[in-house]
Formats: sequence, C-alpha cells, structure tokens
Amino acid sequence: MREEIIVSGRNNPLIDPHLEIWEWQIPSYLFLGGLAAGILFFASLYTLMKKEKQYKTAVEIAPLITPFLLVLGLFFLFLDLKHQLYFWRLYLTIKLESPMSWGAWVLMVITPLSFIWSAIHIESVFPKWDWKFDIVKEIIVFFRKYKTEMAWVMVVSSVILGIYTGILLSAFNARPLWNTSILGPLFLTSGLSTGAAAIILMSKSHTERLALAKIDLILIAVEIFFIIHMFMGFRASTQVQIEASNLFLGGEFTAVFWIFVMGLGLVIPAILEIMELKNKKVPYMVAPILVIVGGLIFRFIMVHAGQISRWLY
Amino acid sequence: MRYAMAVDTKKCVGCSDCVVACQTENNVPIGYCRDWVVEVTDGTYPQLELELRSERCNHCENAPCVRCCPTGASHIVDGGIVKVNENKCIGCGACIQSCPYDARFSHPKGYVDKCTFCDHRVKDGLDPACVAVCPTKCMYFGDLDDPNSEVSKVIKKRKHKTLIPEAGTIPHLYFLI
Repeated sequence: MREEIIVSGRNNPLIDPHLEIWEWQIPSYLFLGGLAAGILFFASLYTLMKKEKQYKTAVEIAPLITPFLLVLGLFFLFLDLKHQLYFWRLYLTIKLESPMSWGAWVLMVITPLSFIWSAIHIESVFPKWDWKFDIVKEIIVFFRKYKTEMAWVMVVSSVILGIYTGILLSAFNARPLWNTSILGPLFLTSGLSTGAAAIILMSKSHTERLALAKIDLILIAVEIFFIIHMFMGFRASTQVQIEASNLFLGGEFTAVFWIFVMGLGLVIPAILEIMELKNKKVPYMVAPILVIVGGLIFRFIMVHAGQISRWLY
Repeated sequence: MRYAMAVDTKKCVGCSDCVVACQTENNVPIGYCRDWVVEVTDGTYPQLELELRSERCNHCENAPCVRCCPTGASHIVDGGIVKVNENKCIGCGACIQSCPYDARFSHPKGYVDKCTFCDHRVKDGLDPACVAVCPTKCMYFGDLDDPNSEVSKVIKKRKHKTLIPEAGTIPHLYFLI
C-alpha cells in the first residue's frame, strides 16, 4: 500500500497540530453581530414600509437590546486581539481588500446608530422614562426628524454587517471550509433568521409573531438550501474542499452539526412554525429559542472546523 | 529586486541547524520557530522515498497575509520580503488564518511574528542565518532578477517545485528535487 507520512518539526503554540488562534470570542462575536444586524434590518425595513404600528416590537422594542449586543460583540473582538493596546490602529486606515478592516468601520457606523435608534424609541416603550437633561431631550428631538434617513442608512449597514461576518471567513483561501463565497449570504440569512426569532420572542402581538414566523420560515428554507448548496460545491471542488466537507459528512463535526444545527436549529423550528401558522397549538417560544441557539452553535462549529481544514502538502 | 531562496532537498540531511541558527539570530522565543524541517516519506515498502525540506515563510508575491491585514501591519518591503510592523499589528490573527503554509505565529508579546529572510543581514550583503549556517550548503539565497545570483543559477539548472502553487500565492521559496 502506498503511504505518505509527513513529519513536521514545527510545533508553534496555537498553530500546530492545527490552528486554534480563534477561540470562543470570534464565533460569539459573529453570532452577536448577525443577531443585531437581523434585528436592526427588520426595524429599519418596517420603518421604511411605514408599518411601525403593526410591528411595534420589531421597530421599537427589539432594537433596544442591539446596543448591548453590539457593545458585547465589540468587547469580545477586543478580547480576541493579542496586541490589544494597539487596537486603535484599525481606525487609522481603511483597507478595502481586508474584510476585517471595512467590517470594523461598518461597526463604527451601526453601533452609534443602534444607540440613537434606541434613544428615540425608549419613551414609547417605557412611558415613564425621563432623560433628566434638556440637552439630551433636544438631541433626541433632532434625531427624530431624521428617522427615515437613519432607517435608510441602517437597512444598508445592517445587511453589510450581516454579510461581512461570513465574508470575513470566506476571504481566507488557506482554510478550504471557509473559502466559499456562499458563506456571506449564508451567515446573512442565519443572522436575519436569529433576528426575526428574537423579535418573535419579545413580541406580545399574535399577528406580529405570525407575520415574523412566516418570514423566519422562508429564511430557514433559504438557509437549508444554502447549506446543501455549500456542501454540493465542496463535493464538486478540489481535494482540499472535499476533505473539508468530510468533517461534516462522517468526520468529527458530523453529529454536532446535523443534530444541533440542521435538526434542532433549522428543521424542528421550521416544523413548529408551520404548525403555528396552521393554528395548531404549540408554545410560540420554542421555535425562536431553537433558532437562536442553533445560530450560535453553527458559528462555533464553522469557526472551529474551518481552522482544522487545510491544504495538504 | 526579488529575493528568493532555494532549498536542495537532495542535500538536506534534516539536522535542524537552520532552525537553531534562526532562533539564535532572531531571538525567537523558546518553544517557537520561524523555520522548521519537514520529512515526507512516500512510496510502498521497501521502495520508499524520503524528502527533507527546510521550510519557512514563502515571501509570496501575492501574499494573502498582506491582503487580509486590517491595519497594514503586514506589508511587503523592497526586495519582496513580507514583514510585520510590530507597532501596527493588533494581533487579530487574520494573517495567521490566511497563510496556507501556517508560517506565522503569535509572539508571546502579542504581535504576529515570522521569518524576515534576515533582512537585517541581507542589507549588509550577508546571507540569512539559516543559509549561512547550513552544514551541507543545501540552501541558496539571492535576487531572482539578477541572472548571476546563486538562486537564479541553481533554479535554471535544477528541477524544482514550490509549495501549493495552486493556492495562487506565487511563493518565493523553491525546493530543488
């Protein structure tokens, strides 16, 4: 039997035997970024469609958590840096070839926007809210006048944020599992789906929940299609990508991926949402919780499996 | 000017002198290395073939690490040497993820570290430490644009390969086979 044995003298920490340079911080951030992007997308979309009344949770309530999600995500990103005191270097340059660079800038646009959006809506959610200082009230009155303009910026920047979480990974040609251009749309769809799920969880209006469940169902279907499409692409590609897909088709991530992401994270919530739309009695919280947890696990698996996939030479 | 290196896999004995020379010359932290030796055994017993390669950063012409760096810390200097500016590096790990050769590592001080082709020696007209110390003289260093340089001459004469050329990186590390 022909055999090839490769012995390397290299044993650099976090590099060998396979990369572990990105731990829990990056997948957690990718999840939080996608979730915030999803919520802000629906908030700005329904504002632009002038449906604020029917979608009060999507436009006014759910966005209140996005500043926390984004700040926590940014904090995780900061924790991931190994030369932390130099983080400001990110904001001295824009490098369009580096997704991480323009992603960092998009965060600098959407994070302040999420704060302003929350500030102009907080009084309608908490009627007793008092800003105490007149200057703050004046600033909020000012921003209220430009709500439509803000919604336009937000709808675009939330899509960029959502898709960038995938493009960030797909730009690495050295990691065959990530190196597929479908990853951007896949992460965007997953982010929008978790965003819709979060709105469903917070909504008290049955009609709003049903409308978002319908949207979430479509997003789940698209996501399942993208995942199958991604694996079809891998199977039809070069040896390194065939081996990358083997991690999920018989390899070490098979069980965790197909049970927790495909099964509990996509198929089961889709079935529950179909039942709900057909007026069957199901607890409405189960499907969105499964979608959100599935989205989180999906990002952890993709980041870890990607660092195991590699070129062989 | 395009610096390049050729490693003769037929002459290399895998002694790892190049590794120790680099660690000493560049004060590489203990437990890390910027260059390393790979042994590949291939074939059906008893017809086995052994290839020994002293590997390091390939100083790619189309360097994915430079492309992915969000701050411009990873850059290409005169002569095509890929370097990291420690004071611009935030330690995000993007370049480490982007390198198909896994030639970079995270220095304990936080920034990313890698082979520099010993540019501090090269600018004084010396060879990189690994090349200079090799007991079998299996490594050649020089300017690809100069037809009379050691590396240009040996590449012209000998059959050679680069590692993962299909990754599109245009590596500048040649292996004579």
